[in-house]
Amino acid sequence: MGATRTGRKPPRVGDQPLFRRMLIGIVLVIVALLIVAPLVVIGVEAFSKGWAVYRDTISHPDTLHAIGLTVFAAIVAVPVNTAFGIAAAWSITKFDFWGRRFLLVVIEIPFSVSPIVAGVAYLFVYGLQGVFGPMLDEYGIKILFAIPGIILASMFVTAPFVARELIPLMQAQGRDLEEAATSLGASGWRTFFSVTLPNIKWALLYGVVLCNARVMGEFGAVSVVSGNIRGQTNTLPLHIELLYHDYQAAGAFAAASILALIAVFTIIAKVALERQGAGRVRRPALVASPAEKTQ
Amino acid sequence: MRRNVLPGLRLSLGVTLFYVGLIVVLPLAALVFKAASLGPEDYWRIVSSSRALASYRVTVLSALGATIFNLFFGLALAWVLTRYRFPGWRIVDAMVDLPFALPTAVAGIALTALFTTNGWFGSILADFGIKVAYTPLGIMIAMCFTSLPFIVRTVQPVLEDLDPALEEAAQSLGGSDWEIFRKVILPLLTPALLAGVSLSFARSLGEFGAIIFIAGNQPMSTEITALLVFIRLEEYDYQAAAAIASVLLIAAFVMLALTNWMQSRALRYTVRG
Repeated sequence: MGATRTGRKPPRVGDQPLFRRMLIGIVLVIVALLIVAPLVVIGVEAFSKGWAVYRDTISHPDTLHAIGLTVFAAIVAVPVNTAFGIAAAWSITKFDFWGRRFLLVVIEIPFSVSPIVAGVAYLFVYGLQGVFGPMLDEYGIKILFAIPGIILASMFVTAPFVARELIPLMQAQGRDLEEAATSLGASGWRTFFSVTLPNIKWALLYGVVLCNARVMGEFGAVSVVSGNIRGQTNTLPLHIELLYHDYQAAGAFAAASILALIAVFTIIAKVALERQGAGRVRRPALVASPAEKTQ
Repeated sequence: MRRNVLPGLRLSLGVTLFYVGLIVVLPLAALVFKAASLGPEDYWRIVSSSRALASYRVTVLSALGATIFNLFFGLALAWVLTRYRFPGWRIVDAMVDLPFALPTAVAGIALTALFTTNGWFGSILADFGIKVAYTPLGIMIAMCFTSLPFIVRTVQPVLEDLDPALEEAAQSLGGSDWEIFRKVILPLLTPALLAGVSLSFARSLGEFGAIIFIAGNQPMSTEITALLVFIRLEEYDYQAAAAIASVLLIAAFVMLALTNWMQSRALRYTVRG
């Protein structure tokens, strides 16, 4: 056989031209219907009543306030979550302690809990029926149906976002570099900023971008705790619902187009960061890797 | 165990435990406490009321339907994106993440606009007598949209890492493409597929924003469990809200345990020394 072998390999499984074309065709049609069409319809509906209505919706004080609140929630929640993500990743990947795996599972809980459940849960902590509610009320501190509640609920739903990008990566990178740096006399912070951070910066940014997108777009949890007070506690996603149920469909889609644009930029940023290698090491790396066992 | 020389355990672990405790554990514990304070009889009466049962039924069945669709479509999409190169495949690959990046409320109104009887798709489907918006079918489509990326993104890396030698060996033994796919490739993909399926199903069970716009929200027929919780809250029936929310929470924990178990199985095949 060796002598008759031509340079050509046999086609791989599923590579017959007809099958291949058909499968690509079917998949592209479904992608167009299920993913592309919703994006297109937002743009079309947003401008269905003309540019003037679009401009008026966007520049309406309630919309501007909603945009401001959404941005403010992100400005608070994303950095706090980032700091938490770094702390969690540092403690879980650089040290061995009892309950490490359990902690990892607990961090991931918000990922599988319904946003509505999250909102209700916060009600039972800070609401008047909740654990701290009556006490807070006595001191006149308002958390629910106010901005702090919105931020707390956003923090809940996005708690795992940064940590789960960093943990598998830092796990795979091991501890040797940091140990070398500290043994040469570098302080903990110095080790983190000059040794660890350069190695994780893209993954960190990747987590931050995804976290930000989710904070700005969160609907279920925020709608439970915000109280939907127009011009006060309405974030942009809640404002969309309000306009939609007010029979101002074009306005709702105009507001939605801002969030859709943010989503598109998020994806562009995501692709750019993936080119830098972020998002490659997949989770969860804590299933004991061979390297760890031999230590 | 060897002594650890790195600094910062106390600070980083302290921050982590404090944050997880305050942001994640405390609220969930408060919810469980509230639901538990009902007492078994009241709790059971609320969570097994006919309206609640109907909401579980429509939620679980729609999630099942959406997950089955995503199982086939997600696998096909992952296959096309890893095996075939065609103009624009990178754009399609990037677009797969849109359901994660697009806020659920935005997805909800967009899908509703498409599928109402005067929408782009709804008007065509109406000619065939199919109603999507404000029916369980609409719920299913919203769930399909929001959970689509899970299966694609869990299967894709495994497909990429698949050793071509396995297929070549099977081909040299005379296997047909379908046989090789079924007997060689599919078994290797199964753990990743199952992990993706459980993630997708869990997400669909808890989804709220994308669904409420398209669902119609009629009690007993198109009212999902998450919405029922919300409605009980608006009626100031906090105990009922806590009880029904706790059912969703238990379902989430069961799915989380299942997913972790399946992922550790999936990793057995993908982690290489």
